[in-house]
Amino acid sequence: MSKAIRFAPLALLLLVIVALVWRLATPVDTNVHSKLGGRPVPFFTLAAALPTKPTVSSTDLATGQPRLVNIFASWCVPCVSEVKVLQGLKSRGVPIDGIDIRDRPADLTDFLARNGDPYERIGSDPQSQLQIALGSSGVPESFIVDGKGIIRYQHIGAIEASDVPMILTKLEQAK
Amino acid sequence: MNRLPFLLAILLAQPLLADSSLPPAYWANRQLPDPRQEAKAEALMAEVRCLVCQGQSIADSDAELAGDMRDLIRRRIAAGEKPSAIRGWLVQRYGTWISYKPTDEPAAWPLWLAPFGLLLVGLWFVRRRIGQRRRG
Repeated sequence: MSKAIRFAPLALLLLVIVALVWRLATPVDTNVHSKLGGRPVPFFTLAAALPTKPTVSSTDLATGQPRLVNIFASWCVPCVSEVKVLQGLKSRGVPIDGIDIRDRPADLTDFLARNGDPYERIGSDPQSQLQIALGSSGVPESFIVDGKGIIRYQHIGAIEASDVPMILTKLEQAK
Repeated sequence: MNRLPFLLAILLAQPLLADSSLPPAYWANRQLPDPRQEAKAEALMAEVRCLVCQGQSIADSDAELAGDMRDLIRRRIAAGEKPSAIRGWLVQRYGTWISYKPTDEPAAWPLWLAPFGLLLVGLWFVRRRIGQRRRG
């Protein structure tokens, strides 16, 4: 056996170790991103989540002005802190619509009374059907939809206070 | 050994309330009355990847979103839609990531070609072995 071949297993082992260490140091993005970016919001209508608030449909999302569509739920823990950030966005004039996943009106009323209500409209999605149609994989998630109803940006996870400038820039770009 | 604090801690443990309080969707855990439609739905559900438990198919997963996807698939199959059309609809939204069925996209070519490559390597080894024995 030649010398080169004798060292081949060792070289192979080193290669595997280097690959493993590299993958550990730079973890994979396990978020599943919606493929609908740059495409129109699919047609939908939803029942109102609360009797006191209008519901949201796909035609409400093409009003000539970019909007933030927030997918949330009263049972979602990160949504509690996100609502406060959304209040801040609302006070800066950002129109926000909510899609309430698998929720009950009583729980939602309680959630909004306790944490604040930044939503202009809230539609109810009791079996995640719209969530799946949008290519969303969890709560909370947000979409920026431009004035023509085209999805411009998907935010996976809660919008943190540090994300606000980026969200405002994305909304500006969607104008 | 004093186990009391440990046992008390176990008693205090609560399940994490990360799911909604609504019951599962109607067709999430219920078979379609038509066995042929149910077989089609089950075959598709075994090949659709769960968004929550990313190593499982939605047929295996207990996640609520997986239940809602099973409901969606059974409803569409019952309405007469083809499994390939439903898979296409999901791929349009989540990318090929969502499907466990290997595609013929360029990214999957190494997967299809690997068996032939391994066969060639094996033949090369066998040839070498036979050659050595003849000389020896």
